[in-house]
Amino acid sequence: MADQANRPKRRRRMHGIATWGPGLLLISPSIVLVGIFVYGLIGQNFQLALSDKHTAIQPETFIGLDNFKDLLTEDRFQHALTNLLIYTVAFLIGTMFFGMLWAILLERGIRGEGIFRSIYLFPMAISFVSAGVVWRWLLNGAQGEEAAGLNRLFQSLGPGGLQNSWWDTPNWGMVAIAMPAMWQLSGYMMALFLAGFRSIPDELREAARMDGASEFQLYRHVLFPQLSPVALSALIIAGHMSLKVFDIIYVIARNTYQVEVPATYMWQVQTFDQAKAATIASVLLIVVAVLIVPYLVYNHRTEKNR
Amino acid sequence: MRRTALASAAILAAATMLTACGDDDDGGSSSSSGDVEIMTWWTEGGEKAGLDALIENFDKDYPDETLQSTPIAGGGGSNAKKVILQRLQTGDPPSSFQGHAGAELLDYINTGAIQDVSSLYEEEGWNDIFPPSLIEMLTYDGAIYSVPANIHRANLVWANPSVLKDNGLPTTAPASIDDWIDDMETLKQGGMEAPLAIATDWTQVQLLETVLIADLGPDAYTGLWDGSTDWASSEVTDALDDYATLMTYTNSNRGSLDWPDSSGMVAEGESAYTVMGDWVPAGYDVDNLVPNKDYIWFPVPGTDGVYDFLADSFTLPVDAPNTEGAEDWLRVVGSKAGQTAFNQAKGSIPARTDIDPSEFGVYQQSAMADFKTDTIVPSLAHGAAASIAWLDAITSAVGKFSTDPDVGTLQDDLVSAADQFASTE
Repeated sequence: MADQANRPKRRRRMHGIATWGPGLLLISPSIVLVGIFVYGLIGQNFQLALSDKHTAIQPETFIGLDNFKDLLTEDRFQHALTNLLIYTVAFLIGTMFFGMLWAILLERGIRGEGIFRSIYLFPMAISFVSAGVVWRWLLNGAQGEEAAGLNRLFQSLGPGGLQNSWWDTPNWGMVAIAMPAMWQLSGYMMALFLAGFRSIPDELREAARMDGASEFQLYRHVLFPQLSPVALSALIIAGHMSLKVFDIIYVIARNTYQVEVPATYMWQVQTFDQAKAATIASVLLIVVAVLIVPYLVYNHRTEKNR
Repeated sequence: MRRTALASAAILAAATMLTACGDDDDGGSSSSSGDVEIMTWWTEGGEKAGLDALIENFDKDYPDETLQSTPIAGGGGSNAKKVILQRLQTGDPPSSFQGHAGAELLDYINTGAIQDVSSLYEEEGWNDIFPPSLIEMLTYDGAIYSVPANIHRANLVWANPSVLKDNGLPTTAPASIDDWIDDMETLKQGGMEAPLAIATDWTQVQLLETVLIADLGPDAYTGLWDGSTDWASSEVTDALDDYATLMTYTNSNRGSLDWPDSSGMVAEGESAYTVMGDWVPAGYDVDNLVPNKDYIWFPVPGTDGVYDFLADSFTLPVDAPNTEGAEDWLRVVGSKAGQTAFNQAKGSIPARTDIDPSEFGVYQQSAMADFKTDTIVPSLAHGAAASIAWLDAITSAVGKFSTDPDVGTLQDDLVSAADQFASTE
């Protein structure tokens, strides 16, 4: 009650706080939580990566960047990074291609668009883990009498020569294991592109047609340029998901050397070499940051300029 | 009945949690809380039945103590090991936990997380009842850190006798790796694509270790793990060459299979042989296959008289709550009644040599006879020979070899793994 009497005076004196104080109060719980559980733990992870805590129960001492040097010069980690690169390239090309293809088809206003949209989007509703279980069977490498999954399909439909051992092939195996991920996320890419197409005003198309542009020219010179911000977002979203890939590979192939990526490598060593696992996690975070941070900066700038 | 049992279990669990909290409140005193908590990764099938049999024995022998079993599901203990580590790190160890006997326990030993239990061995007379070579394998710097509950054997070939007969081959064990390779060549000529069935990376490690035992002999093989045998030697190269030859007779889809698949290929006659541990008969039993008729077994050629062992064992953590109760649990694990009940259910054999084999299955009886007389060596693929980190490096090298078969690279990788990890042994 006494506070109320004082209020007018205080309000005048503490004008600054009165404007930003309540807002800060409202967001402070999330700042504290994110600070502790995201940035605090990232900090702890880096601390562990810079230490020599190689066995489970061992006091840690600071050893600088030695873990990073060891890891980056290691054949096995380079193999994992190469795998990740192949996977990412395959995944990006696949999802962007199918996403764009479906978006163009649907954008032209075919009948039953809603149904097709749901069909393409639906795989995204399934978790990577359960999709992985199914694809583990589809991508079974057995051939001939034992064939299962896709190999069996090829066998019974005719092109038996297409049978192969899928992910258990050097290098190309990563492309095979990217297939389930493409299947899951192409629909999402389609939704992004479709939204992009829809945001382009009809007047532009009409104007282009009036000027005698062919359908190809319409897409090439009018619509695609308008889509580039959407395409960039799609690329960044798919790219960072792809770099962090773990579940689909782990479910399909476990810790097989053939398809090892940094995340499965980290999972494998974390029980017996925590410093190394933390180092791998740090490298992954840095790789993803290299992709994301310039994008965020770019986004921030364009929004400011608006 | 079941409902009351459930209810009492729930009350018991709640009570334990309360007492545990109470303990923490007065500063985490490690003196007795009356309960003995054991952590395992035995949650299903024969393993769970074996654990239940052990618990039953404990309840019978020590009715005053309450046993609290904390099983954590996950093949090979992948999840359980993480939980155990966390609890050891936070100073809240269980009374006893499961671990593969041998080098896999080294991390715990080196960091002082588990205690010497050799006094228990003297008290119970286990030094005379467990085979001397097993005792030797379990001893580090004069101390023993675990009590084995069972023994498995890794160097076994499981074969399909009718396939062998059809191809005019004898159903007895080939005398050497070379003879064995000749037999596989015969089978291949006869139209069999993959005479030797194999599965994912770890099963290939198990094949590699048995080839190393066959070609180097048990002493030099054991020397690989204590530094007295050189990984870069020409003897190792010869063994790796044999391994490479054997791999050419295996199925190409190995990466996507696990051991039940490869042993199934033998049962179905698609392959003639597979190298796997003696948990195979338990799977064959489910399919109603008859030992010595539908399937036969023999030591990997060249390893006759060698028992490539792995064992599940229990430990005594430092600062274990209720140390006395934990020791009682270890007594039950090592006891005649405990080992009999456990292994009858799990399909392995007792570590004790004074148990009557007649109550066990056909395979187990032959294994118990071999275990008494054979030279015992530690299994690599199952954590008895090398630390987890070393095994992981070897598994990675073997996995690389599977799609890029180059013996020189494999040996280089194995040498560098030994250089990196042997020093910590």
